[in-house]
Amino acid sequence: MKKIATGNKAVAEAVKQIQPAVIAAYPITPQTEIVEQIAEFVSSGELKSRYIPVESEHSAMAACIGASITGVRTFTATSSHGLLYMHEMTNWAAGARLPVVMANVNRSIGPGWNIWAEHTDAMQERDTGWLQVYVSTVQEAYDTTLMAFRIAEHNDVLLPVMVNLDGFSLSHIMQPLDTVETGDFLPPMYLPHAIDPKNPAGYGGLTGPEQHFKFRWDIERSMRDSVKIIDETEKDFANRFGRKYGFTEDYQCDDADVVIVSMGTLGKEAEVAIDMLRREGVRAGSMRLRWLRPFPKLNLKGKEIVVIDRDYSFGFGGVLAKSIQAQQKTDVFSVIAGLGGQEVTYEDIADFIRKRRIGEEFWFGVNDHV
Amino acid sequence: MISLQELDTIGEIPQEEYVLKCTSACAGCSDSLALRYVLKAAGPDTVLVVPACCTSVIQGIYPNTAFNIPVYNIAFAAAAACASGMSNAFRATGKKTNVIVYAGDGGTLDIGIQSMSGAFERGTDFLYICYDNEAYGNTGMQRSGATPMGARTTTTPTGKIDAKKDIDAIIAAHNPPYMATAAAAYPQDLFKKVQKALTFRGPSFIHVLAPCPPGWRFSTEKTVEIGKLAVKSGMWILYEREFGKLTINPQSKAAMKRPVPLEEYLAPQGRFKGIDAKTFETLRQHLVKNIKKLSAEEAEE
Amino acid sequence: MFEIRIHSRGGQGGVTAARLLALSAIHDGKYATACPFYGAERRGAPIVSFVRIDDNPIRIYSQIKKPDMVVVLDASVMDVVDVLNGLKKGGKVLINSAHPREFAGFSSSHADLTGIALRENLVVAGSPILNTPVLGALAKMGIISVDSAKKSIREMFTDERNVKAAETAYREMSA
Repeated sequence: MKKIATGNKAVAEAVKQIQPAVIAAYPITPQTEIVEQIAEFVSSGELKSRYIPVESEHSAMAACIGASITGVRTFTATSSHGLLYMHEMTNWAAGARLPVVMANVNRSIGPGWNIWAEHTDAMQERDTGWLQVYVSTVQEAYDTTLMAFRIAEHNDVLLPVMVNLDGFSLSHIMQPLDTVETGDFLPPMYLPHAIDPKNPAGYGGLTGPEQHFKFRWDIERSMRDSVKIIDETEKDFANRFGRKYGFTEDYQCDDADVVIVSMGTLGKEAEVAIDMLRREGVRAGSMRLRWLRPFPKLNLKGKEIVVIDRDYSFGFGGVLAKSIQAQQKTDVFSVIAGLGGQEVTYEDIADFIRKRRIGEEFWFGVNDHV
Repeated sequence: MISLQELDTIGEIPQEEYVLKCTSACAGCSDSLALRYVLKAAGPDTVLVVPACCTSVIQGIYPNTAFNIPVYNIAFAAAAACASGMSNAFRATGKKTNVIVYAGDGGTLDIGIQSMSGAFERGTDFLYICYDNEAYGNTGMQRSGATPMGARTTTTPTGKIDAKKDIDAIIAAHNPPYMATAAAAYPQDLFKKVQKALTFRGPSFIHVLAPCPPGWRFSTEKTVEIGKLAVKSGMWILYEREFGKLTINPQSKAAMKRPVPLEEYLAPQGRFKGIDAKTFETLRQHLVKNIKKLSAEEAEE
Repeated sequence: MFEIRIHSRGGQGGVTAARLLALSAIHDGKYATACPFYGAERRGAPIVSFVRIDDNPIRIYSQIKKPDMVVVLDASVMDVVDVLNGLKKGGKVLINSAHPREFAGFSSSHADLTGIALRENLVVAGSPILNTPVLGALAKMGIISVDSAKKSIREMFTDERNVKAAETAYREMSA
């Protein structure tokens, strides 16, 4: 059905479609609309979930963990400081192999208080064992949330999935939304290690040096296996509902001499920059990275690479730029832009490409010239 | 509803054991002693949620477990929140499984107080048991909010200056349908209180005094004796509060009338060795005040 | 692409007006996005919302710098904000005013949205509701169709007075 919705509302619509047994969440700008919409769906009876209005994000994730281990679907949503506050529990959810699905509305970290888009919050979660996907449209937020449950719950994966959407620029924008009936796209959840008093077991107790690393390796093995499951799931989704995504969304990359890599809404806006450059005769392309974890093998061989990071790892560099540089074994032009909602237009993005200096780092708005 | 008078001898407690032999507990541990009776009272359809505490160790080391019911270990601050998710999930799927948090005093009074308060405020259907050994035992006896004034710990080497936090008053402020105090030294009383707590819908709380031989510095065979002295001296008062109505246990009523001198409770414990007269007097006055307060509350209609 | 910037004050319904406008354009068979520029939520503070309408999917998320049209729901924001900033030459201005206002170099229109809201008794918490009457004015200016405007209002509001207010604005406005 055709409707119009914000990114936040699209996530809530997807959750309504999934009907998790338990939802535990704590409000934070700019995620609040997800929580409010879910509360409304629950009170109107459209959503049959038990909604736990927890007192903190740490407890939100702890409650999802407690519910998930009984073998039911769970969902939460957060942003920024909320995500950091639950950091201990995000690690726990992954280590406990629980298919919790969470929407994270990307927002910067204080001080000072800034409520606008930045990827630093989720970047600080990248080593926790969560699968991470970044979306760029309202429709994609909806579709990806649906897919997230299937991927997380697949018994070759059994890891939590974080769906990231840019604060305000996507969470609050109104775009067309086509909702679907998932039907058997999402099979019934089966958690092989679900807690069962008839078959008592200890979960997460003391684990010695001769055992612990095996569990760590097992997470990595599943992370690697998830590549196939993500691929299968995205293909099945495309077959059923006609919308295709993938690990990256490539735009005019095939014959491009230079490709700009970015995530989220900037990745969409970059396409407009590519159209401009193509009219100028510049053979440029855009690669919007959707899945950050597992980090996909990027097809960038022989291209000059420009990377936009809406994040930064102090004392090191833009996380995406450094990751791509390492994977491709080549220098890139690293642009740090859009921090704390800094305005970045397609014209700016075109400029990043035009004036690229491979091997250098450029802070948009700080350095005078590209 | 089970009356506290119905069960008179330890022989009436079920034979089934859920805390099996060969736990990793210290000799004379009252945490595992208390848990043995908690689980006998709760029965097999129970999940224990355990934050970081002595019980994380006592249950055994992977791949072994000494408990014959499912145990879900969770991060220090998160037990009540985890239990709240679990209880909701069980109820959502029509299961009546008991969800019991078994947490130490650190995980309850200190780092876990926020999630506990939230879970009580939300009316979570669960039982929260705090076994109180009055310090961070598992990490080698550092002070906690539950450490009494004058007690020496590794972080209060000359004795704690501050008083013990009144967690029961904090819980009472949440108006749970049922809350009680108990002691590992009185297993029948504990057993009955757990059984009773589990008959209520919503959150219930039991605060169990759990003397710790290495932490409190007394010899291992004295665990029960020390626990009884805590009650007989009036330092620990056994009671229950049902929908706000307080009933003090007969054992404590007797103790209130003819208390054993406080010295007799403190003297065998190395942690109070060398306690100065002023601190001792403050502890004693606090004890008297607490007895008065609870007696007055019970007398109220 | 047709780009519209809406100026209002927090609590006047500027954000909802943007959403209704985008929804109407979608009902007209076009692509549209509505995006408010958010700060902390503050009643009375000047705010701007952006609406983009196009025949193709819209991939731009940044703010509108050179709008084709400016809508001013509260003329008092003009004291603190340059509402004409970046407006394309010959661009349209719609202002909520009982009297005509001329903006040199631009195509100026006015509608007494406040008056209409008060007559229809569309007042919430003491403030007249402007976001539904403005749709009638926008329809009269040919930005969206009347049918789509009414359809959008009905999807977002149950109170039929909102539709009536839009109809009144459509009827009374001199395009």
